[in-house]
Amino acid sequence: MTAPVLEVVDLVKHYPVRRGPFEPRKIVHALDGVSLTVRRGETLAIVGESGCGKSTLARCLLRLEDPTGGTIRLHGADITSLDADAMRPLRRHVQIVFQDPYASLNPRWSIGTLMADPLRLHTKLSRAERRVRAAELLAIVGLGGEFLERYPHELSGGQRQRVAIARALAVEPDAIICDEPVSALDVSIQAQVINLLMRLRREFGIALVFISHDLSLVKHIADRIAVMYLGQIVELADAAGMREGAKHPYSRALFAAAPTVDPVPGVSCEAPIGGDVPSPIDPPSGCRFHTRCAFAKDDCALTAPSLRAVEGRSVRCHYAGELDFARWAGGSS
Amino acid sequence: MTDLAAFWVRFRTNRPAVAGLAVLAVVLVMAAIGPTLYPTDPFDMVGRPFLPPFGAYPLGTDVAGRDILAGILHGARISLMIGIMASFGATVFGVAVGAVAGYYGGWLDNLLMRLTDFFLTIPSFVLAVVLVAIFSPDIVTIVLAIATVSWPSVARLARGEFIAHRQREYVLGCRALGMRDREIILFQIMPNALPPVVVVGSLTVATAILTESGLSFLGLGDPNLVSWGYMIGVARTVLRSAWWMAAIPGLMILITVLAINLVGEGLNDALNPRLRQR
Repeated sequence: MTAPVLEVVDLVKHYPVRRGPFEPRKIVHALDGVSLTVRRGETLAIVGESGCGKSTLARCLLRLEDPTGGTIRLHGADITSLDADAMRPLRRHVQIVFQDPYASLNPRWSIGTLMADPLRLHTKLSRAERRVRAAELLAIVGLGGEFLERYPHELSGGQRQRVAIARALAVEPDAIICDEPVSALDVSIQAQVINLLMRLRREFGIALVFISHDLSLVKHIADRIAVMYLGQIVELADAAGMREGAKHPYSRALFAAAPTVDPVPGVSCEAPIGGDVPSPIDPPSGCRFHTRCAFAKDDCALTAPSLRAVEGRSVRCHYAGELDFARWAGGSS
Repeated sequence: MTDLAAFWVRFRTNRPAVAGLAVLAVVLVMAAIGPTLYPTDPFDMVGRPFLPPFGAYPLGTDVAGRDILAGILHGARISLMIGIMASFGATVFGVAVGAVAGYYGGWLDNLLMRLTDFFLTIPSFVLAVVLVAIFSPDIVTIVLAIATVSWPSVARLARGEFIAHRQREYVLGCRALGMRDREIILFQIMPNALPPVVVVGSLTVATAILTESGLSFLGLGDPNLVSWGYMIGVARTVLRSAWWMAAIPGLMILITVLAINLVGEGLNDALNPRLRQR
């Protein structure tokens, strides 16, 4: 089997912060030991609450941020510490589509110029050929050639996001990281953009790393789902397994809190977790979730669980597989 | 094109700015063709000194019998040229420093900003006087001295803009494409960061004209060129007997600086429409 498109081992990203000149330097633990692989042509969803490190992970995968520790491999080659010049030709393998299509297209340039940029940087096409190719790419995402002359402010949010996708597509990437690609769009447009991404994955075999907090969507479109909490992956399972029922109390609660289309009475409303996410500056000792976990025992606060295989998935919990979530449901109001 | 048209529509609604632009246009035309239409050498002693205006010479003569109108017209050229060149130099240099500091951040930012602070803390006019006094007072030195004291505020502003833009998603997208820093700075961020810089740059012209006038008044102007400040300097000893001699070039400085400020404010409103409500 060929190497996965992207492979991340034990990725760590710490940001030093200092509130004032005389305050001690503190560290934000944005990512703490994240390991995952992105296989060819798959849809890998990464879910979690705001601030759990999803976007930092995306930026590290693209080498827009330099990780503090760990390894990033692209097609099996270590790219963790490549400099900008060495990285440049490799950048065409992985592209990104951002959340806010109003911020991701430079308002000063026409769509034609924006579309020509990736082609100019990564292909040897002439100016005229780039224009033809740009029109082809726009056609793939469902926009006509007349858009080449327009400027971002003349486009709707959905159209802009299509342009952003076409731009990512221009360098024929093996993976596209989608950082909440539809959460800034109208609901009626979201489905169209999702369907477009799914079609591109099918037609071109592009792997999608789908960062989202829309769990019902993720369950629907992803092949595998990684749940993140405070800079760590707490559960990584295939979508079918996640649909059957998450094994980590956090992912269980997260999926239970997501609205479903046809709720089964008495089953869908498991206890939501209370409280707020602790600060990533001082993450809790032991298991990071123990402060909010209904099943926490004494040792959860002492020893940090590692990600271990439980029933065909990876779970970061001492008691994964032994927890009785039915008791939890009964105990809730 | 559409951008420019929209800009003009917004600018046009600002009456003081349009008035300022009209005045500025008159001054510019005066500076451009005045010396050709009225070729009298401003250093020529054409008649009796202390002639009042509206006599043999339209604006009278000065202490040495030189034609004041000739001085105003030739001086307009020098004052405006020094003002525009100094602020252009200050803007280009300030933007370069601010862009590098803001885009790269870290120790480079620290180094460049401490340098900027160093220049900002010294009173700018005193520094300009010292610089001109050290080197010979000619037009190049004067332009460089004024630019030297004017760039730090532009650098501060440009740095702020670049910091605001460097983490925007369109910039990250360009980095993900492997675009070089130089291209990102010049062709991606710069067009977005420039409007507020243009405003400050235009206001710098007014300050530069005032600084040049101050230098000339103190006798630190280029001795071979007439400027408005030089004319005031010459007239200051006879202020009580021939007040118009200082008042005429003073009025020119006043209306030119005022016009530039009005245009700058208008540019600010038209280029940064979001700030307009303030």
